[in-house]
Amino acid sequence: MTGKEYRTITDVKGPLVFLNKTEPVAFGEIVSLRLADGSIKNGQVLDTSDDLVIVQVFEGTAKIDRTAGVTFMGDVFKLPVSTDLVGRILDGAGRPRDGGPDIVAEENADIIGAAINPFSRQSPHDFIQTGISAIDCCTTLVRGQKLPIFSASGLPHNDIALQIARQAKLPGSDEQFIVVFCAMGITAEEYNFFRSDLERTGALENAVLFVNLADDPAVERIITPRLALTAAEYLAFEHDYHVLVIYTDMTNYCDALRQIGAAREEVPGRRGYPGYMYTDLAMLYERAGIVKGKKGSITQFPILTMPGDDITHPIPDLSGYITEGQIVISRELHQQGIYPPINVLPSLSRLMGSCIGAKTTREDHKSVSDQMYAAYAQGRELRGLVAIVGEDALNERDKQLLDFSGVFEDRFLRQSRDEDRSIEETLDLCWELMSEIDTKYLVRLDQDWIDKYHPENRS
Amino acid sequence: MSNEGVIYRISGPVVTATGMSAGMYDVVRVGIEGLMGEVIELHGDKAVIQVYEDTSGMRPGEPVINTGETLSVSLGPGLLTQIYDGIQRPLPTLEEVMGVFITRGVDADAFDLEKKWTFEAVVEKGTAVEGGQVIGHVQETETIVHKIMVPPTMSGVIKSIKSGDFNVTETVCVLEDGGEIQMMQKWPVRTPRPYRQKYAPDTPLVTGMRILDFLFPLAKGGAAGIPGPFGSGKTVTQQSLAKYSDAQIVVYIGCGERGNEMTEVLDEFPHLIDPNTGKPLMNRTVMIANTSNMPVAAREASVYTGITIAEYFRDMGYDVALMADSTSRWAEAMREISSRLEEMPGEEGYPAYLSSRIAEFYERAGRVETKNGDDGSVTVIGAVSPPGGDISEPVSQGTLRIVKVFWGLDAGLARQRHFPAINWLNSYSLYPQSLNQWFRDNIAQDFPEVRTQISGLLQVESELQEIVQLVGSDALPVDQQLTLEVARMIREYFLQQNGFHEVDAFCDINLQYSMSKAILSFQDAAKNAMAAGAQLNDVVNVPARTALMRGRFEKGYVDTIESMVKNMVDEIAATVEEN
Repeated sequence: MTGKEYRTITDVKGPLVFLNKTEPVAFGEIVSLRLADGSIKNGQVLDTSDDLVIVQVFEGTAKIDRTAGVTFMGDVFKLPVSTDLVGRILDGAGRPRDGGPDIVAEENADIIGAAINPFSRQSPHDFIQTGISAIDCCTTLVRGQKLPIFSASGLPHNDIALQIARQAKLPGSDEQFIVVFCAMGITAEEYNFFRSDLERTGALENAVLFVNLADDPAVERIITPRLALTAAEYLAFEHDYHVLVIYTDMTNYCDALRQIGAAREEVPGRRGYPGYMYTDLAMLYERAGIVKGKKGSITQFPILTMPGDDITHPIPDLSGYITEGQIVISRELHQQGIYPPINVLPSLSRLMGSCIGAKTTREDHKSVSDQMYAAYAQGRELRGLVAIVGEDALNERDKQLLDFSGVFEDRFLRQSRDEDRSIEETLDLCWELMSEIDTKYLVRLDQDWIDKYHPENRS
Repeated sequence: MSNEGVIYRISGPVVTATGMSAGMYDVVRVGIEGLMGEVIELHGDKAVIQVYEDTSGMRPGEPVINTGETLSVSLGPGLLTQIYDGIQRPLPTLEEVMGVFITRGVDADAFDLEKKWTFEAVVEKGTAVEGGQVIGHVQETETIVHKIMVPPTMSGVIKSIKSGDFNVTETVCVLEDGGEIQMMQKWPVRTPRPYRQKYAPDTPLVTGMRILDFLFPLAKGGAAGIPGPFGSGKTVTQQSLAKYSDAQIVVYIGCGERGNEMTEVLDEFPHLIDPNTGKPLMNRTVMIANTSNMPVAAREASVYTGITIAEYFRDMGYDVALMADSTSRWAEAMREISSRLEEMPGEEGYPAYLSSRIAEFYERAGRVETKNGDDGSVTVIGAVSPPGGDISEPVSQGTLRIVKVFWGLDAGLARQRHFPAINWLNSYSLYPQSLNQWFRDNIAQDFPEVRTQISGLLQVESELQEIVQLVGSDALPVDQQLTLEVARMIREYFLQQNGFHEVDAFCDINLQYSMSKAILSFQDAAKNAMAAGAQLNDVVNVPARTALMRGRFEKGYVDTIESMVKNMVDEIAATVEEN
């Protein structure tokens, strides 16, 4: 069928082109459109029947008229993959953007990606040290996890993502992560920031970048993360690499999804986002993990900006139901000048339990983390009370907890952008800070650990 | 018209075929690869089909074949310990055939058709049998006897029946009218299996979780909903129920949830021991795993697959518990398919029939007299994932209208690391009335009264807390300060339970009663001591009370608790003299 060109466009609407009377066209087939001026646009079949075909055009439908020629390429969207991808920068549709040659394919991989059989997965259990205390201690990252950063506009989520990309390692191992970076609708400035940082640290040689910027076609964003994940899967499961996928910004992706839904006149779900957004996001996020019999792994760090700082907005909400926890960035902490402004209270790592303890981090990690968390939570709550009744009304215990919440933010959370704390340093710091609180109030700490690690007993 | 047609249109998981005779819910094979699908709408000559696998690359004009059957599950020995996808394909078999990624177009038998089982007839030649009557036994796992029943659609007089080793497709029994009965039968998933009559539930499903058994009990044959925002512990609660509830058979449906979490369940369950029988938990378990990125139509089917298997075991006279995590994903699958059908939407884009589908599903729960005259039950526990944790949305509301038990998970409690994060103020159970007699007869005469006292204390606490928020606790009179301490003890000692702790994860119902009495003993002792002049601080801080509270993490607590309570009462009494 390839090669046959149709000039049967009936309607053009938003990113969609409708045409009729074609030979049977496959669902999901790749389409090439030739415009009157000779330029080429690409698209994909969204709906196909005997008399009507709907094509979604990645580059936008500007200048398409009814005389445009439409060719069906006979196959679904595939990404040429090979280990040559490492070190390359590609655009949002998988074409070289760095001026380098085309990728010589070892394999053409279907970008939709099949679901991993849950029976064939291996439970993640390797601790990843990010060097950021708030994450390592309280929302521990595990290799094979998908842990999004819930942020909002104007917050330093990019710095945090880069710091993680730079510092992430398995303690006591030289294994390097390959970073697959996927930009969806971010600004050129943000992109340059990422790129120059990766260049500066030499990480670019071990990275693959898929870049769709804010002025690139919005619809292309639908496939960009799929390309990135296809590359990640190839590197992880065919070539045993440990891959860290950072994608930013999921909010732009979801908006592109909504744009297509609206153009198709689909029945919208909450806030106009399509009803299938949960499934669609799951098909991205669930491509993280480790499978039995393969050495590599895929760890995902999606970044999303919560519109209006609202965690119940459909994008963070649906993401939270799929991902294995979340790291929440707080505007309040950021405004206090604390970096990284991670609010540990709503943050969570669901897989933390499987990777901390004597064998991987340290025996007291669980206790320490629970106690830090609980004490900080109580301290924060007391701030509200103090605002009403004043500090003098507090009893001794409450005063200590209130003070602790301040040091927690100032010394535990706060660290510099290139400060790489080992897990031992982080846990020792926790003990040091907790020693400000009377031991009898530290009810979540086992006596054994107090005897062993409390500064009073160590000197 | 023939049973073969061609594809007219493809839109995601929804395919339209023409030129084929088809009835609603017929199972069809779609395209060259023969993907499984189900007819869900008819328009004149056109049949709308939901396809259970990915349709990329499929073209109009490809063949569609109607199998003439409705979507059915295979029922027979071999079900237990299995791990299925949403349309009853065993995941281990899929791994053998397709590797680690689930591709498409593969059929797999629900269980080994060749394996020989030892069938032992329990009726004789010449017996008149009806549909649902038990004709023989198979020891399926160490703990479970699989009862072979006459398929519900058959009845007659037995012409011949033989004991011995057979596989599931061999005939073990022949009726006078020529009907042949095999150990395997099929049943359409969307049709409830028949029973004689439904009874009112009168026995609790003991879960080993204190807040559930004690404050908000669920009856065997009842239905419960667990709504909660993400991160509030729905999945952990469901898994605890699957592990420790005293049902004889457990069907666990992972519906549209996380792959890694499902894997954890699949890895963990085979190593777990049933606290009620001491045997591996898998021996009584059937799992259905359809993760969020597996085809959406199969997700829609998975809850029906699960409940049909549950009903089948109920018909043998077993108490079956079914956990569905999460029914919101099932509802979303319905919404997705409905919108592809361009149906007029109801609330929030969900189809107008959402609440009736939810009701129909939960209505398949119940305690019944089986066709064989036994007593069997299906208890359904459905997790609900309301967007943003707001339960005013349609799935939560549709669920709450039908279930009698509501275990409301609370993000605030989860944030305080209070687990299980079930809010004791807004949760409810409508079963205590019908279960009180059981508690009186089997646990203690005053069980219902103790429960009322405990929940009353929690209510009072919530009122006092409002005052404390404004003026601080020191401003309260001492008796109210004591009430706050008692309530804190209820929360920290009784309601909080560590689902991952070796000992604490499962709490025997008798021990639950002892613990609740221990709290009341503390209250009484403290009141008396304080009336005699003791200080609240001294009373609260007696070492024996700390020991009592820590004791719940030790093995053999059920034997030591009584003496620990005594020590505490003595020490509290002694605080009077100190003053």
